[in-house]
Amino acid sequence: MATAQPIPESAAGYDHRPRIRLAVDRPMPLDCGITLRDFPVAYQTYGALNADHSNAVLLCHALTGDQYVIGENPVTGKRGWWEIMVGPGRPIDTDRFFVICANVLGGCMGTIGPMDTDPATGRPYGIHFPVITVGDMVRAQKLLVESLEIEQLFCVIGGSMGGMQVLEWAVSYPEAVFAAVPIATAPRHSAQNIAFGEVGRQAIMADPEWCGGDYVSLGRRPEAGLAVARMAAHITYLSETALHRKFGRNLQDRAAITYGFDADFQVESYLRYQGSAFVDRFDANSYLYITRAMDYFDLAAEHGGVLSRAFLHQGRPTPVRFCVISFSSDWLFPTAVSREIVHGLNAVAANVSFVEVTTDKGHDAFLLDEPELHQVIHGFLDGCAAHRGLPRRRWSPR
Amino acid sequence: MTAWLDPTLAAGREPSPPAGRGAPPIRADLKLIADMIDPGARVLDVGCGDGSLLAYLVQTKGVDGRGLELSMDGVKFCVNHGLSVIQGDADTDLKDYPSDAFDYVILSQTLQAMRAPREVLLHLVRIGRRAVVSLPNFGNWRIRLWLLVMGRMPITQRLGYQWWNTPNIHLCTLTDFVALCRDVGIRIEDTAILDRFDRVRAHGSGGLANLIAEQAVFLLRRY
Repeated sequence: MATAQPIPESAAGYDHRPRIRLAVDRPMPLDCGITLRDFPVAYQTYGALNADHSNAVLLCHALTGDQYVIGENPVTGKRGWWEIMVGPGRPIDTDRFFVICANVLGGCMGTIGPMDTDPATGRPYGIHFPVITVGDMVRAQKLLVESLEIEQLFCVIGGSMGGMQVLEWAVSYPEAVFAAVPIATAPRHSAQNIAFGEVGRQAIMADPEWCGGDYVSLGRRPEAGLAVARMAAHITYLSETALHRKFGRNLQDRAAITYGFDADFQVESYLRYQGSAFVDRFDANSYLYITRAMDYFDLAAEHGGVLSRAFLHQGRPTPVRFCVISFSSDWLFPTAVSREIVHGLNAVAANVSFVEVTTDKGHDAFLLDEPELHQVIHGFLDGCAAHRGLPRRRWSPR
Repeated sequence: MTAWLDPTLAAGREPSPPAGRGAPPIRADLKLIADMIDPGARVLDVGCGDGSLLAYLVQTKGVDGRGLELSMDGVKFCVNHGLSVIQGDADTDLKDYPSDAFDYVILSQTLQAMRAPREVLLHLVRIGRRAVVSLPNFGNWRIRLWLLVMGRMPITQRLGYQWWNTPNIHLCTLTDFVALCRDVGIRIEDTAILDRFDRVRAHGSGGLANLIAEQAVFLLRRY
C-alpha cells in the first residue's frame, strides 16, 4: 500500500510534490531480478477525477521529459513540455480528463533514481542503482495509478520512450487501459537506436568528472560528457530539412569563418546551447539508466519473438483501442516501425487506427505545433469517450 | 447523346462530414451494402474512403467497425471523426489479418482498382465470415453501346476517367464477376443491382441484370 506522507528533499535539491512512496508493504520486482521497496515516485495531476474514476489519462514522458506537462517547470523555469497539447480546451482537455504524469523510474525529478541515497550504504546509488527497464517504469506507474484508486485508465498517451511505455501498459495491463496512443515510437530499439544511445553513454563515461559514476558523492559533475550526449541525441530528434531550414550554413555572430574551432556556424552554437541547458536539469547517471532501458525494450522478444502475440489477451485480441501515430520525417522512429506495431495489432484483429502525420520536423514533431497531430488525438479521444460513456465535446483547432 | 455520357467525376469518395445522429443521408449503393449487414456485427470496410459507410453502420446498426484506407487524407478524416481506421493497401495488407476475424468485410467500388482482384476477393472471404462487394458493371448497355458506336474507351458518370489515368485497372461485367466467384469457390448469397438513377432493380445477376445494372452489390461467403 502507498502512503502520501511527505519525504525529505530529493538529492536534486528541489522538493518535488506530490511525491508518493510506493511498494511500502510489498517490494516491487524489477526485470533484472532485484526488488525495490518503499521508493518515491514524483508526479503531477491536472483536471479532476470524475465520480466513477473513468476519466484518467496517463501521459508517459520521453527520455529527457518529466512530470511537469503544463505550467511552469519549477526546476527549469520554462513552460511544461506538452502545453500545446494538454490543458483546458486542448486536445487532451483537462476540463474533461484527469491527467496524470509521473517522473519515470531511474529519473532525476523526484522519482527514485541513481542520484538517490542507497539505504544499504548511505551514499548515492550512482551506478549501483539497479538497471531498470521500460517494464519496470510501467510497473511503478501501475502502483501509482492504483494508489490513486483508478482501476482502468481511460487512455495512456506518450511519444518516443513514452510510446514504449504506452505499448508496455497495453500489453502488461490490457484490462487497466481503455485506449492507447503510442506516438513516434517502436516495439523495440533498433541497432541504430542502440548505437546512438551508446555514443551518448560513452561520452558521459569518458568525462573524467564522471568518476566511475560516483560523482555525486565526490561533489563533481560530468557536465561536458552529458552535454555531448545531449548534442548527439538532439541531432537525431530533428530532420535534415528542419536543421537546414533553421540554420543552413549560417554563421554565428560573425561575417566570415575564423579558421578555428569556435562555434562558427549557428548550428554549432545551437547544439552547444542545447547541451549546456540540458546539464543544468538532468543527471548523467539517469541518462545512462534511461537510455539503457530503451535499448532493452523489445516487446516481441517477451512473446516468443512474435509481436502480434504481445497483443493477445487470454487468447483473444487485446481489448485496448489503439491509435498509432508516426511522423513522415522521423528517421529515429520511422513510420515503417510504427507500421510493424499496426501489423502486429492487425494480425490479432485488434482495434487500431494508424495515422502518419506529414511534417518535416522529424522525431520532435510530437512536441511541436502540428495541427494534424492535434486533430487526430482529439478525434480519437472523442470517439473513445463515446464508447467509454464519457461526455463528448466539440473541439476546434486553433 | 451527351446527357447519358456525362463524364462527371464520381469515382472517388470525397471527404464530407459523416452524417450526424438520426437518419444520416447516404449514397444509394452504400445503403444497399448497409442493408446486408446484421446489427452489432464486426465489420471491416476495405477502402473506406471518408468513412461515411462506416459512420453510418456504427450509428444505425451499432457495428464494431474498422476501416482500411489507402489515402492518408481519408484516414485522417476518419480518425478525426472517431472511426478506427488504418492507412494501408488492400493489395498488400489484407494478408496480415487473421481468418474469420470479422463478420463482414466490405469492399465498396474498389475491387476494380486492385492489382490482384482475385487474391483480394479470396482474402475478403477468408478474413470475414461474409464479404460484401460492390462494383461498377462494365456490361451495362450504355458502355457496350459507347464502345460499339464511338470505338473508344467508355467514360461514364461512375467511371469518369480516361483510359490513361484511370485507377480502375480491372473492370469486369457482372457475368465476369459471377464466373470468377464460381471458379474460386465463393458462394453468392445475395445480389442487388442499381440502375443509372440509383434505383434498386430486380435481384439477380443474369443476362438482363448485366445489361441494365450500373453497379451491383454482392453478399459472398466461401463454400
